[in-house]
Amino acid sequence: MSQPERYDLAVIGTGLAGMAAAVFASSRGLRVVQAGSTGAISYTSGVFDVLGALPATREGQPARPVERPFEALPELLRDEPGHPYALLDPEDIRLAFHELMDFLRGAGLPYRAGGERNFLLPTPAGTLKHSWCVPETALPGCEALAQGAPACIVAIEGMKGFSARQVAVNLAPHWPGLTTARVAMPGHPGGEVYPEQVARMLEVPAARKALAEALAPLLGQARVVGLPAVLGMHRPGDVAADMERLLGRPVFEIPTMPPGVPGIRLKETFEGLLPGRGVALFCQQKMVGPLPAPGEPFRLRVAGQPVEHHVLADRALLCSGRFLGGGLGGLRGRPLTETVFGLPVAQPEDRAQWYRQDYLDPRGHAVHRAGLRVDAALRPLGRDGAPAHEGLYAAGSILAGQDWIRMKCGAGVAIATAFKAVTTLAGAR
Amino acid sequence: MQTEVLIIGAGATGTGLARDLALRGVSCVVVETGDVNSGASGGNHGLLHSGGRYVSNDTEAARECREEGALLKRLAPQCVEDCGGLFVAVAGDDENFVADYPGWCAAAGIDVCCVDPAEARALEPVLSPKVVAAFAVPDATIDPFRLALENMAHAKALTGCSLLRRTRVTGMDVDAGRVVRVHTVNTVSGEAGTIEAAQVVNATGAWAGRVAALAGASIPMLCSQGTLLVTHERMTRRVVNRLRPPGNGDILVPGGTVSILGTTSVTIDDPDRARPTVAEADENVRQALPMIPSLGYTRFVRAYCGVRPLIRSDAGQGGDGRSVSRGFMLYGHEEAGLSNFCSVSGGKLTTYRLMAEKTADLVCARLGVSAPCRTRTEPLPAAPSCRWTEPGFAPRLWTQRHDADDPLLCECEMVPASAVDGIMDDCGQQFPDPGLQALGKRSRIGKGSCQGAFCGVRVAAHLYDTGHYTSPKGLTRMREFFTERFKGQRPVLWGPQLIQAELAEALHCGLLGLELEGPDTAPAPGAAKDEEARP
Ligand SMILES: Cc1cc2nc3c(=O)[nH]c(=O)nc-3n(C[C@H](O)[C@H](O)[C@H](O)COP(=O)(O)OP(=O)(O)OC[C@H]3O[C@@H](n4cnc5c(N)ncnc54)[C@H](O)[C@@H]3O)c2cc1C
Ligand SMILES: Cc1cc2nc3c(=O)[nH]c(=O)nc-3n(C[C@H](O)[C@H](O)[C@H](O)COP(=O)(O)OP(=O)(O)OC[C@H]3O[C@@H](n4cnc5c(N)ncnc54)[C@H](O)[C@@H]3O)c2cc1C
Repeated sequence: MSQPERYDLAVIGTGLAGMAAAVFASSRGLRVVQAGSTGAISYTSGVFDVLGALPATREGQPARPVERPFEALPELLRDEPGHPYALLDPEDIRLAFHELMDFLRGAGLPYRAGGERNFLLPTPAGTLKHSWCVPETALPGCEALAQGAPACIVAIEGMKGFSARQVAVNLAPHWPGLTTARVAMPGHPGGEVYPEQVARMLEVPAARKALAEALAPLLGQARVVGLPAVLGMHRPGDVAADMERLLGRPVFEIPTMPPGVPGIRLKETFEGLLPGRGVALFCQQKMVGPLPAPGEPFRLRVAGQPVEHHVLADRALLCSGRFLGGGLGGLRGRPLTETVFGLPVAQPEDRAQWYRQDYLDPRGHAVHRAGLRVDAALRPLGRDGAPAHEGLYAAGSILAGQDWIRMKCGAGVAIATAFKAVTTLAGAR
Repeated sequence: MQTEVLIIGAGATGTGLARDLALRGVSCVVVETGDVNSGASGGNHGLLHSGGRYVSNDTEAARECREEGALLKRLAPQCVEDCGGLFVAVAGDDENFVADYPGWCAAAGIDVCCVDPAEARALEPVLSPKVVAAFAVPDATIDPFRLALENMAHAKALTGCSLLRRTRVTGMDVDAGRVVRVHTVNTVSGEAGTIEAAQVVNATGAWAGRVAALAGASIPMLCSQGTLLVTHERMTRRVVNRLRPPGNGDILVPGGTVSILGTTSVTIDDPDRARPTVAEADENVRQALPMIPSLGYTRFVRAYCGVRPLIRSDAGQGGDGRSVSRGFMLYGHEEAGLSNFCSVSGGKLTTYRLMAEKTADLVCARLGVSAPCRTRTEPLPAAPSCRWTEPGFAPRLWTQRHDADDPLLCECEMVPASAVDGIMDDCGQQFPDPGLQALGKRSRIGKGSCQGAFCGVRVAAHLYDTGHYTSPKGLTRMREFFTERFKGQRPVLWGPQLIQAELAEALHCGLLGLELEGPDTAPAPGAAKDEEARP
């Protein structure tokens, strides 16, 4: 067998944290090897939250939406001192986002960050989401909502889980003058249609023209038009601009149920561009191996395909996510485990405490705050409370002390901790 | 409102009684605080007992089960899967019990057939190699939802008998030995109402003691919660029972496309607060492992529980508690000086028809109606809108005639939009504002591996599109539906189901923010009560 290839950094995981880490590390000249199931990232809504809500701390309290995420950080950290944001300079969160946004803009996926305030954007249920950084294709919706400009929400025939009436009826108290329309996607044979199909169809100018023609008579007084997120798979900004030209008014996207188009765009963008930046990316594969002795490099096996690869890496960044990602495991009658290196997991005493009785309890569930404890440099701690290995770092949702689902801080934790870990380990090299 | 007979409780007994009375030409109204089968009738194993489980300690109950089971197989075949059952002992189980078993069965008249352990394992490969004895009995399974819905539908067709859902009985006015007025409250709107009836029947199962007390009568009751676990896939063809005195985790019953493992027995104070626990889930699995080792790594999708009404033994069979059978109790409440109020409780799903018959006999005698019971001979008509509760029905239909314009709203269980529309129409004729919860009761929606996480969102969108939801209240209904489904998932969240639950919450809370308080988030009064315990 040939000598294993040697890398500066092994990134374990291809969710948002792993992908962001690979971008940051390759920009800093590190030789990166990365593996993971890229499906993980297509589940994300495409909207990047920093902090959207503060869970209740006492029974009977409501959870509160957050309008100004950076202003709310001290309050979050007072209630949740173990949150990974406690290890970051808020300025690093902004820097991290802007570096990733530059990369995405270059790839044709422009995002807009909200300055001091969160954007308020409609969800497919007709609730409002507070998010700090949104794809530019969602922006006209945020603006129209903020101004109360009349809009028409359009549903596509045969697309399950997206009801224009649901969005409009539920948003009516916040957004006067909302109307709805429903169109069949021209050129689609009928029956069920998925957002991804429509997005790929709309890459073609003729399809956009046909859709605009079908839509035009339905829009009435609307000054903007909201569609489920289907405005093309690549370069959605161009598709949106063309639709705006054809309809004579701005068009915006509303996220759909996972896996939705904005998530798939991210997946395809990272998958497509990282190899060109020198990242050795192994998609749909796992990277496993023992924790090396102090001073020794990581000897990792890239597994899951008929041909296995062995790699050597001076450092490793664990971005393996939680249960859905596979980084944490939870079986009956056993404590939660970290699945790659068997690191200790901070967690509730037993399974009966994982979840509260009420699903929507505004305090959130203890199981989501379980995860890896890390030192100030984001190195996971071993059983003795010291870093498990001097070259092992962790980032993303696997970190303990955060509940991204309830705090709406998923992308923020993923991107900012990846940034901090990469800048730290690049500096320490 | 006025009616001849008022039945309180729409479980198997109450709905069965409605049909029995209707067949005798007596009209009635059924009031139910939740929905059909909100109590034990929705929280049981669905085992149509051959009687084999009771032969060791209650020959009479065993005989009753045998007779009623055979009758239902004939008269309501659409609700029954005649899969057969096995009783198996594993090494270490009581050998005397095993030796006595065939004799006990014979005494109760139950067909029993000794099966060689190796053959038993050939029949049911998941059985442990440590099986040392096995007997085959004529156990079967029954779909309690379809049963109750079809009983109600038939009663409605015969006499226009109606069901008032979400209507809780809160009080009774008694005058000169008669219940002259029954007070109700709508658990959604809070609206109060009254019903006057010539006869009032309390068919409220574990709640019978409380409801009887409203009329000044007493039934000495204990409540025992039993928890069951639903597997992701069906594990056996037959019902598999442990050959030992009834205990925890000793029956695995097929339920169409899944299997149901049970059960525990935990005494609780308040039947309204029953909910399955993590400890009970673990106990069921632990107890069942010697019989079926693969349950240790099987995927479970949900747990649910029901409450058994037990008549307290320290109270003896005193009062006028006429023990028609040791299996169930029918009280005429003459001792409380009442002449138009009776209570029926206890028994089994398997014997619901008999319970209804005996109760109807008493009611008719009091009304002076002489028409005889006909449920012993009249087949239960199949109702088309009731067939969606059957696991496997929707997928079968889909493969037979798949209509591209009829999207599957529930992808796990393959329930199409047209089924949702049909059920909603049917419900709409019976009660106001049906929604997700009512659909969950009447179809397999929310019962598959996603446990409603995805289909709940898709169905809600469809209900907005079809004009059933017209305000942010639809969001409240979604919250209630997901909250309800979660109750049953919580005890079995490990392995793949833990992953599923994380994805569900990422969608419901992470993306949609359903947990955040809005103007529409105030929970509907009584929402918590809508127990929907079945898988
Ligand atoms: C339905 C849904 C909606 C969301 N909506 C939002 C939103 O609106 N806003 C927001 O900010 N965030 C949202 N998120 C969260 C966000 O997308 C990320 O999921 C979250 O930040 C966690 O990212 P992560 O990279 O840490 O983990 P994950 O995304 O879980 O990725 C973990 C990765 O690790 C890999 N892995 C695990 N074990 C190994 C191994 N041994 N070897 C190699 N690879 C391994 C997995 O294959 C996967 O690629 C959403 C997520 C979901 C699921
Ligand atoms: C765990 C468990 C497993 C079981 N397994 C089996 C089995 O496999 N086979 C079998 O044959 N039997 C089984 N049984 C027994 C069987 O489920 C019950 O005997 C049967 O369902 C009782 O039906 P019911 O209609 O009498 O009572 P229930 O189904 O409990 O109905 C009572 C109804 O009254 C309603 N109600 C209560 N209070 C009020 C009020 N104030 N106003 C209006 N309505 C009210 C309730 O909401 C409820 O719907 C099992 C029971 C349990 C608990």
